[in-house]
Amino acid sequence: MTSTHNDAPAIELINVSRRFITPDGKSMTAIRDFTMTVERGEFVAVVGPTGCGKSTTLNLVTGLAKPSAGEVRVMGGPVNGIDPRIGFVFQTDALFPWLSVLDNVLAGPSYRGKPREQALADAKAWLARVNLGEHASKYPHQLSGGMRKRVSLAQTFINEPQILLMDEPFSALDVQTRALMHEELLRLWSEARASVVFVTHDLEEAIALADKVYVLTAGPATVKAVYPVDLPRPRNVADIRYDPQFIALSRTIWGSLKEEVQLGYQRAEQAA
Amino acid sequence: MSEQALNPGDILYRPGTSDREIEAAAAHAATHYQRSVTFWRWAILGLLLGGWEGAVRLEWIDVFFFSKPTDIVFRLYEWITEGTSEGPLWYHLWVTMEEALIGFFSGSIIGIIVGIALGRNRMLADIFSIYIKVINSIPRVVLAPIFIMFFGLGLMSKVALAFVMVFFVVFANAFQGVREADRAMLANAQILGASRWQLTRTVIIPSAMSWIFASLHVSFGFAIIGAIVGEFVGSRYGIGLLINIAKGSFDSAGMYAAILVIMVVALGAEALMTAIENRLARWRPAPLHETN
Repeated sequence: MTSTHNDAPAIELINVSRRFITPDGKSMTAIRDFTMTVERGEFVAVVGPTGCGKSTTLNLVTGLAKPSAGEVRVMGGPVNGIDPRIGFVFQTDALFPWLSVLDNVLAGPSYRGKPREQALADAKAWLARVNLGEHASKYPHQLSGGMRKRVSLAQTFINEPQILLMDEPFSALDVQTRALMHEELLRLWSEARASVVFVTHDLEEAIALADKVYVLTAGPATVKAVYPVDLPRPRNVADIRYDPQFIALSRTIWGSLKEEVQLGYQRAEQAA
Repeated sequence: MSEQALNPGDILYRPGTSDREIEAAAAHAATHYQRSVTFWRWAILGLLLGGWEGAVRLEWIDVFFFSKPTDIVFRLYEWITEGTSEGPLWYHLWVTMEEALIGFFSGSIIGIIVGIALGRNRMLADIFSIYIKVINSIPRVVLAPIFIMFFGLGLMSKVALAFVMVFFVVFANAFQGVREADRAMLANAQILGASRWQLTRTVIIPSAMSWIFASLHVSFGFAIIGAIVGEFVGSRYGIGLLINIAKGSFDSAGMYAAILVIMVVALGAEALMTAIENRLARWRPAPLHETN
């Protein structure tokens, strides 16, 4: 690994831009002059209108995409390829359907060449922690959406990532399952103390989980405003939405987000 | 789920019917359904064969061209017990199977390897795709005389023909299967720490497997076609030769008997393939209907 300073923030994006070449050969800017800092152990949520480039910010941190301009730093060092300290939870089902639940959780350690015995013990411990101990030998298609998501969490957490990137991880779940997953995530996070970037279009989810909420503009995405969330922890995600402080904060942020959502919607209509 | 398929949908239960009674009724309906399917399958077979036999005996169609089921069975019995005019039936069958099997295995293994290699490498794929398209446009059977010229009347020319029949089908499916691998799944494996080779071995190949298997099903049939066409064009042994000789001596019963032998072999191979696939694909959701 390149030089890592212990006091450096977990993630820094400094004036980052990212351009794509579209299939018809035109250049398109997904994010522009994007600056964001995530401290160690901090939970940051990123909200913005649909299709504004939220996911692109995460891909820049993983090293799956490179910035066209600006600088991305992880733990104080530059990003060179895929960083082993990063974990990623996807929006869609990214489990391997031909592997059992246990083997899915084992994937990370076995790719990384961990001794089999140790990896197996870890995997069983993580499955127990997400309450799937009894389903270890089942295949993903035999599980419900919420259970599959818990397998994804175990699969990611077993690598003990110091940085956790989540791309609308719970958007495909029903509302009740989602609330349970929020509790689960906060519990795992408070034990692991990883730095989290949580991308979502659900503002309530963002406020309930995060320490800081970034609001992005309609594409090309740049940071419109940053709101600290001062709600005390540990939080009870199911009840916090009725907290007056939560409601006030929610109203303020929505005021800012709404303009961008409307702008994004108008543009989508014009393009169609 | 399968219980829906078995559920007799149009039965209305009186209020108070117990689950046990409903289950019993459903199980009864299911066996009844299975039985009538089996009955009609045999009935249609009997009707067709009986009609054929009857039409020949009533001289509606000419036995010289159409033969008749009893003659065919008798010819087959003769071949099995006394051997054909060209030697034992089993030897001819073994020669054809040897050609088809060698062609099938070499064609599918090389097809899978090339398909995955080109599927993983865009530059190679773009360079070679045009050649593959051009060669693929040649109807494979016209290669038979060329291969006979190259490799002679023996095993090699039939294996080569079976190989080209199999290779392109398996290659195309393996290539497509690699291209269809889920992007999120690939990104997930990479972030979990997979190297390029681990990615190919643990994600690309398993996700291409159902595509590859679909092609293996048809391509064993193609391998047999390759072997038999090769034997038609020129050979000393094989089922294709038996058909050719039967044709030459206007022995229609012999032709049908040879076809029957090949049918049995092809069906057996198909069943074996399905069994292997089911074993390998235990992770897949059960199909909605069992049609056996």
